[in-house]
Amino acid sequence: MYKIVKREEMAHKTIILNEIEAPQIAKKAKPGQFVMLIADETGERIPLTMAEVDKEKGTITIIYMIIGKSTRLFSTLKVGEGYKDIVGPLGQPTHIEKKGTVVCVGGGTGTAVLHPITRGMYEAGNRVISIVGARNTDYIIMRDQMAAASDELRICTDDGSEGRHGFVTDELREVLENNEVAEVVAIGPVPMMKFVSLLTKEYNVPTTVSLNPIMIDGTGMCGGCRVTIGGKTKFACVDGPEFDGHQVDYDGLMRRLQAYRVEEEHSDNCMFEREA
Amino acid sequence: MTYEVDAKYLTKKERRAIPRQAMPEQAANIRNKDFSEVTLGFGLLEAQYEAARCIQCKDPACVAGCPVGINIPGFLEQIVEGDLHGAIKTVWDKTALPAVCGRVCPQEIQCEEVCVVGKKKGRESVGIGNLEMFIADWARDTGVSNEVEIPPKTGKKIAVVGSGPAGITVAGDLAIKGHEVTIYEAFHRAGGVLLYGIPEFRLAKDIVDYEIEQLKSLGVNIVCNTVVGRTVDVDELIDEMGYDAVFIGVGAGLPNFLNIPGEDLNGVFSANEYLTRANLMKAFDFPKYDTPIIPGKNVAILGAGNVAMDAARTAVRLGARSVSIVYRRTKEQSPSRHIEIHHAEQEGVQFKFLTSPLEFIGDANGKLVGINCEKMELGEPDEGGRSRPIPTGEHEYIDCDLAIIAIGTSANPLLTRTTENLELNQWGNIEADTKTGKTTKKGVWAGGDITLGQATVILAMGMGRDAANSIDAYLKGEEW
Ligand SMILES: Cc1cc2nc3c(=O)[nH]c(=O)nc-3n(C[C@H](O)[C@H](O)[C@H](O)COP(=O)(O)OP(=O)(O)OC[C@H]3O[C@@H](n4cnc5c(N)ncnc54)[C@H](O)[C@@H]3O)c2cc1C
Ligand SMILES: Cc1cc2nc3c(=O)[nH]c(=O)nc-3n(C[C@H](O)[C@H](O)[C@H](O)COP(=O)(O)OP(=O)(O)OC[C@H]3O[C@@H](n4cnc5c(N)ncnc54)[C@H](O)[C@@H]3O)c2cc1C
Ligand code: SF4
Ligand code: FES
Repeated sequence: MYKIVKREEMAHKTIILNEIEAPQIAKKAKPGQFVMLIADETGERIPLTMAEVDKEKGTITIIYMIIGKSTRLFSTLKVGEGYKDIVGPLGQPTHIEKKGTVVCVGGGTGTAVLHPITRGMYEAGNRVISIVGARNTDYIIMRDQMAAASDELRICTDDGSEGRHGFVTDELREVLENNEVAEVVAIGPVPMMKFVSLLTKEYNVPTTVSLNPIMIDGTGMCGGCRVTIGGKTKFACVDGPEFDGHQVDYDGLMRRLQAYRVEEEHSDNCMFEREA
Repeated sequence: MTYEVDAKYLTKKERRAIPRQAMPEQAANIRNKDFSEVTLGFGLLEAQYEAARCIQCKDPACVAGCPVGINIPGFLEQIVEGDLHGAIKTVWDKTALPAVCGRVCPQEIQCEEVCVVGKKKGRESVGIGNLEMFIADWARDTGVSNEVEIPPKTGKKIAVVGSGPAGITVAGDLAIKGHEVTIYEAFHRAGGVLLYGIPEFRLAKDIVDYEIEQLKSLGVNIVCNTVVGRTVDVDELIDEMGYDAVFIGVGAGLPNFLNIPGEDLNGVFSANEYLTRANLMKAFDFPKYDTPIIPGKNVAILGAGNVAMDAARTAVRLGARSVSIVYRRTKEQSPSRHIEIHHAEQEGVQFKFLTSPLEFIGDANGKLVGINCEKMELGEPDEGGRSRPIPTGEHEYIDCDLAIIAIGTSANPLLTRTTENLELNQWGNIEADTKTGKTTKKGVWAGGDITLGQATVILAMGMGRDAANSIDAYLKGEEW
């Protein structure tokens, strides 16, 4: 068992943080990599990015939004309990180097995934401008950590309860207009990454996005995570999860994410009923 | 058949008159709805009569036909004599996994193809595979295990990467020689393709688990959730973790796709994904198990090997209305075990031979609705003597909401890309000496599908055994 040593709730309990003992994985993990977790004997394999790694303590931290059966099950695990299986680190680490000004754009839980990359970019000597967006101020996560890892942190909310009243793309356009930007890293819901990429294409700024297709093994043996990048099929778990945002077929990705909608809802309902 | 006379008292003539004993099976219309094993296994008397059909050749062709050279006439006669302990020992002498081999070996192109009894007109070869299954099941059921005297600990440590048949064999053989062995497996359970690929109805997972427990009882340490090349590297195993030798048996896990339009539609799967969901993750028992699977109403399987048959028969059991195997060559050219085709036919699977997929067709939501195919015909034989299918220009549309691609797998580059000095061939398979399994990297051996490309259980097992002998010799001081 992989023991949970710390648990936090964020954004009105819709987002959960778990710090977990996994020394072997912590030792090797790099920003941008993910793990696959199984809660219990009947559980499925769920991919989550490592938002934090403490190599000395031998722990990894995951931050996830509760959206379906498995993440709901994860959210019931308490400190001292744990996951039956965790495997990793998987995927290619983020390519971090000093490039100049880097803009990191995070939406929803994507911000958790973005944080270690932002910090890496910052520590590599880049000037980092971060733009974080959410529904309203209560759903902005990791505000302090993002601020500490950025030269400038800008917030956007859909309802204007904090920062700019509007989308991250509005803020990003302003930044692109007024700065010489070397790279944009965008992580969040698929539509957000799509529109960020369309925008940065206008300005010809290289853009990295992190894709979250459905995965089974996470090691390249099933092809379930295949995404189309520049017209070619790639396996997100081994070739990604980060890709050139201008090459991604976002519509295809959104379609594939719906593949099990009916089954997932059924499964989640069953769990709901069991809990009730 | 009545078994009035004890088989060992039958005369030679009487022995020759015995017909091949049919393997008892679940009825097709019952088994096509559940996942329990199709074959039920011989009883003792059936087994003894079947074994008595062997004419005990002086120079047995079957032994030469078996990739690992099991003393087939030997164990068959022991079964006839009622010496079941002796029979299983004879089998274990050459294979670590007889319960598996008996069930999944392509006997009809190995031992049974060359069996002299089957050469006579109107006669069938001895059912060697069925007897191997019988004796292995008998041993498991009665708790007889391969009791060996384990010599004192040698103090040498070996890391085995991958827990498929190759890795299992290496680990068992080296543990028996007194070495300390640890298996590293990427998945959360050990067994390789035996677990995640070959379905329960063909190879019960209890059998695989039993073999893994046997390994543990020999002192083999099994560490799951470890992707070598990610969680640890081969060099770390040697330099930092103190392993004296490493065996790589990671299989051929990378699914091939057809590279035709529409392959990213929902409803198009690799067989690896479909079977992993169904077998390893137990999606057939959804929602008790959390992993979902699309059951499919009309299912098309592309390819006609063992993997294709497994996928087709899984789809049948998950409740599909129609399941078709679509293959661009002919039935005779199918690389599947014949019995699998036969079982698939019995269970209602349809076959479309000389049919080649051109394009997957989807609806407005990106869901698969059908496949455009082209009819083929057989052309002139190529150098290998195999006729190539050539397009006729005539098209056929196949209605389906689920398509499973089963056209083979290649080497997964995850480990090899992260390991220096490990030479690969043009297909990305590890170059290894065919006799010893030695790779181009000192202290590292490889075997099974990662060296052969997708092959068979018995070949993986055989290579594992050769590698174990070579590793043992090296650890006892033989030159690299
Ligand atoms: C590399 C990678 C890193 C990720 N990192 C994070 C993270 O740090 N934080 C976070 O909140 N989420 C992350 N995700 C998404 C997360 O894996 C899914 O939210 C989770 O699997 C949903 O499972 P569920 O059973 O709770 O929901 P379900 O009811 O199963 O699914 C709801 C939706 O989630 C998606 N989904 C379902 N199963 C999977 C699967 N196996 N893999 C990917 N998506 C799936 C589909 O869009 C589905 O419609 C990541 C995904 C990937 C591929
Ligand atoms: C559906 C199907 C049906 C088949 N039917 C038959 C049949 O009827 N008869 C027959 O003889 N053969 C059959 N085969 C082929 C046979 O199963 C294989 O030839 C055999 O299993 C190969 O054994 P192996 O030990 O080389 O590898 P595998 O059985 O593939 O095992 C390799 C193991 O290594 C693990 N691994 C991979 N990468 C890593 C890594 N980086 N780190 C750690 N672990 C790793 C994998 O998870 C896996 O558990 C079938 C194959 C499939 C897929
Ligand atoms: S291991 Fe395979 S080839 Fe050898 S005797 Fe058994 S069934 Fe035949
Ligand atoms: S998750 Fe199976 S290949 Fe990527």
